[in-house]
Amino acid sequence: MSGEETAAQTTAGLRFDLSVIAGWIRPGSKVLDLGCGNGELLSYLKEHKEVVATGIEVDEERVAACIHRGVPVIQGDLNEEIEDYPDKAFDYVILSRTLQQVYEPDRLIRNLLRIGRRAVVSFPNFGHIGCRLQLLLGGYAPKTAQLPYEWYNTPNIRIISIKDFHRFAREIGFTIEAEVAINTDSEDKRGRIVRLLPNLFATYGIFLIAPRTGNAATM
Amino acid sequence: MSEYIEHDKNGVSVGLVEKRYFTFAEPPECMELEGGAKLGPVTIAYETVGELNAERSNAILVCHALSGDSHVAGYYTPDDPKPGWWDLYVGPGKAIDTNRYFVVCSNILGSCMGTTGPASINPATGRPYGLDFPVVTIGDMVRAQRRLIDHLGIDRLLAVIGGSIGGMQVLEWALRYPDRVRAAIPLATTKRHSALAIAFNEVARQAIMADPDWRGGNYYDGAKPARGLAVARMVGHITYLSDEAMRRKFGRRLQDKSDFSFNFDVDFQVESYLRYQGTKFVERFDANSFLYITKAADYFDIKNQHGRGSTVRAFAKARARFLVVSFTSDWLYPTYQSRDMVKAMKKNNLDVSFCEIKADCGHDAFLLPNERLAALIRDFLERVSHER
Repeated sequence: MSGEETAAQTTAGLRFDLSVIAGWIRPGSKVLDLGCGNGELLSYLKEHKEVVATGIEVDEERVAACIHRGVPVIQGDLNEEIEDYPDKAFDYVILSRTLQQVYEPDRLIRNLLRIGRRAVVSFPNFGHIGCRLQLLLGGYAPKTAQLPYEWYNTPNIRIISIKDFHRFAREIGFTIEAEVAINTDSEDKRGRIVRLLPNLFATYGIFLIAPRTGNAATM
Repeated sequence: MSEYIEHDKNGVSVGLVEKRYFTFAEPPECMELEGGAKLGPVTIAYETVGELNAERSNAILVCHALSGDSHVAGYYTPDDPKPGWWDLYVGPGKAIDTNRYFVVCSNILGSCMGTTGPASINPATGRPYGLDFPVVTIGDMVRAQRRLIDHLGIDRLLAVIGGSIGGMQVLEWALRYPDRVRAAIPLATTKRHSALAIAFNEVARQAIMADPDWRGGNYYDGAKPARGLAVARMVGHITYLSDEAMRRKFGRRLQDKSDFSFNFDVDFQVESYLRYQGTKFVERFDANSFLYITKAADYFDIKNQHGRGSTVRAFAKARARFLVVSFTSDWLYPTYQSRDMVKAMKKNNLDVSFCEIKADCGHDAFLLPNERLAALIRDFLERVSHER
């Protein structure tokens, strides 16, 4: 992908990782954002790319924020809500910074690729050097700007690295159409793309995935 | 629905409004009802607030619940002790902003607040219909509303909104007249009654029919079945509240006494409350209308009436954008029932938003002040009024 830097530059105000994702979305497409928060990404896509947007969000306050921004949203648990959509209901299904909190990631990914022609998945990279050093030198479970919790109160129950996701793709059987590794500042507003040793230096991995051609039915 | 209405705290109001009447289906051109009977003439009592714009594209139909009426907001006279039943949400700058929208509210078919119902005069006999009034359905109510909307020259409604039985009418509009509804906002409602909801309605109806003054529904020339209707209303009020709301409002507190009376007078505050609500209701509502409207609600079933046994198929007809809202403590139409309809909408790729509002006041939450509900309605209307 060569368009993401341009995309990132033209999406002023949008969180850096979201601007990368926005760069991948084709204008006029149908987009579902799982765990859409206050609707920041969807409202951007609606306005700038004229997408047909829907979000799923569990928190009432954030649901109201989405409606306030003019983004259609359904309050509910994304693992359950995703079951109701017919096959290929969306051009893109986005799962941003949520995979590490999911109880059954394999099931969810399969569902993503059932209801979407493509899916965008991003997660904090546990292979980042900061995490590695904390465990290696300190001997404690890592705590970083991206994963700011203690082991006993973290919602992030899955430890995923960028390399893990590649292996996951092979095992589950989906295609990675594009991927970007990024390094962001502590507030994630700004960032840069990591090309050298992404699994070591990137704070987030962002992937555009699709069902493997020909076996969509078995996904 | 209960009565909570009070004057707006900030004194914001649509001001004076007037109840109007529209009559159609003058015999021999009667309205054919879903149950097969014919009814005519049919008079609809309605009120409008705000101005219809030149494109006729800013009309919002508000549908009332069981005991409501066309008086949705404002006052009939400057001395009225209370404004219309949804004055909190309808008015200048409010959730349904009457500076921008043209709001229509009509009394439902079978009711007793100006629209033709069992207490109306039967032209065939010159006396009140009583039980000769045909059983009507939610579909019939909506068909009558459509005649009114035609009469007002509105081709397409910007939105139809309502709670409880009003929400059923919203769903009915969206499925029966998909091309005439741009947005549908069903609040605290269901696609069909559960056994629990039917059971409470049946107890209420039995209370009315067991009153010796009911006399098979022909009581209009004598005493009203006041005790029966009061008990029916008491049952209703229990279902409109919630365990939490009752604990908070009444607990086990005693009414004007420090110890039990050891007789069957009022001891507990909750008893006093229910008796008061029952008595007050009898003054303004017709017992037969209560029978007819609860029956219509019990018969309502989107799945069978619009989808030949499938809720998903029923919503295949819909074209509107939906905002579905439920309340956490509503045990009459619990959230799972809203989710059921949302699920069917999703399966049809409809534009649907859903929010479950945390509220401890039970089914009646949509009638009470609720900032969240007001914001959801306001913001959703804002979006749909800009989208075609």
